[in-house]
Amino acid sequence: MNTYADLPLLQQTIQTLAALVLVSSFALLAQSRVIATIQVFAWQGLLLAVITSLIAWETGLTHLYISAAMTLALKAFFVPWLLIRQARKLGILREFDAVIRPGITLMAAGSLVIFCYNVVLPIQRFTQSITRDAIAISLALVMIGMLMLITRRKAITQVVAFMSLENGLFFAAISATHGMPMVVELGVAFDVLIAAVIFGIFFFHIRDSIESLDVDQLSRLAETDE
Amino acid sequence: MVDNLNAVAVWWFALSQTVLFVLIAPLFTSWVRRIKCYLQNRQPPVLLQPYRDLRRLFAKKVIFAHNASVVFRSAPYIVCGTTVMAAAVIPFLVVEIPIAAMADAIVLVGMFALGRFFLALAGLDVGTSFGGMGSSREMTIAALAEPAMLMVVFTLAMLASSTNLSTIVTYILNQELVIRPSLLFALLALVLVGIAETGRFPVDNPATHLELTMIHEAMILEYTGRQLALMELAAQLKFTIYAVLIVNLFFPWGISQSFAPGALLLAAFALAAKLAVLGAFLAISETAMAKMRLFMVPTFLAVAFTLALLGMLSFIMLESL
Repeated sequence: MNTYADLPLLQQTIQTLAALVLVSSFALLAQSRVIATIQVFAWQGLLLAVITSLIAWETGLTHLYISAAMTLALKAFFVPWLLIRQARKLGILREFDAVIRPGITLMAAGSLVIFCYNVVLPIQRFTQSITRDAIAISLALVMIGMLMLITRRKAITQVVAFMSLENGLFFAAISATHGMPMVVELGVAFDVLIAAVIFGIFFFHIRDSIESLDVDQLSRLAETDE
Repeated sequence: MVDNLNAVAVWWFALSQTVLFVLIAPLFTSWVRRIKCYLQNRQPPVLLQPYRDLRRLFAKKVIFAHNASVVFRSAPYIVCGTTVMAAAVIPFLVVEIPIAAMADAIVLVGMFALGRFFLALAGLDVGTSFGGMGSSREMTIAALAEPAMLMVVFTLAMLASSTNLSTIVTYILNQELVIRPSLLFALLALVLVGIAETGRFPVDNPATHLELTMIHEAMILEYTGRQLALMELAAQLKFTIYAVLIVNLFFPWGISQSFAPGALLLAAFALAAKLAVLGAFLAISETAMAKMRLFMVPTFLAVAFTLALLGMLSFIMLESL
């Protein structure tokens, strides 16, 4: 077992899906339409759920199936559905969120991936997990999520960025140690659920106070409009 | 003595293979056009129409603009010549071609660059505003598409540990069933680069002379007769080269590894079938898509470059254990 071609097909599929998750992260970064961003986020959740169940199949760890089911229910269906519903209520579903220079942002994301690979290289040597190659990708997901947080203007796409960052953390846990203890995972999933609901309430508060979801306007301190 | 004779025969075969490549280029273009006609409920022209057009153009008188320089006059020969050279480098029916040892995938990209350089010069030479505009657009696209193309080449070169196209095809042909993310992304990137480089939808529309959108047509607007025929042939050949590259690099099954007549016949049939399917896919996607604004093209190519980069990165991160 020394080359990639010698790996079992199931592991190759997991690696390929991991690469596709990275692509979905790049796609999130480049999407400017609010609805398309949420849809790509849903696809990312679906991919993560498939990877998790494949890893569960490969390793025989049954608790990973529960994680996969939770990911599928929350990240692929519930949170996107909630975000789309809120966006429709706010009337911004078909609006554009200006991405600052998509070309340069994509290049920056590419260099972040290289950076993450080099950071993770020493860690990889000490894990025996079958998915140790994907640790770099999970760290890159976190970094790209952060990059997306600072390149977006609308609160709703920033929430999507935050959620995809959380996807990266989840993927890191799955690929490095085959998942966190069940209690922690349940707690995190519940946190994400509550966060999505609270963010939704905040959207309406932000809109009520500045009549827009453009968070750049929050940097101006003024008592009244002059 | 026998070895010597064999070498000569192999060279003759490579040469005739290239001639065949050039000859089928108009047919492939015509095939894509035909499928598009069916999809758009139009009556297609006969399949041999591009050959008729070429014959008609070759028979016509050549007229030059008054201020056309030697660059303008010689450009069609250089453009067509470099494209034919590029076609000679690619494994077409047989994997092991002697010329592949001399010219690798990077030379292929260089051939395209040389041809494009003279095409852009010819567009500028006469001094019409359309020509200059077309050249400027072509160079903008080329500057963005070429790095992506090279990234694809590097990904394949890292995989097969060689930039020799014959070696790469042999490597992919002989590997067992394996799912490689790097190949998947390289394929997608090469398709996007090919679309941009050969001026197809949604980057450029090869069938129109609308001044707002044309790129390739703007540069060859001043050509007539024989020279126009050469330019058209070069464009059709370049289109076919990208199609054959995609088919033979990523789906090489059926290509002949020897010079036996049976294997060659099988290779010819396999290639024809694969090109027909690829052409149909292309026609369907061109019918389903709207042409994008010119200012969106850099984003389109940034996506191609990112995919190529991800292909390379996923090879380094996931596949080199």
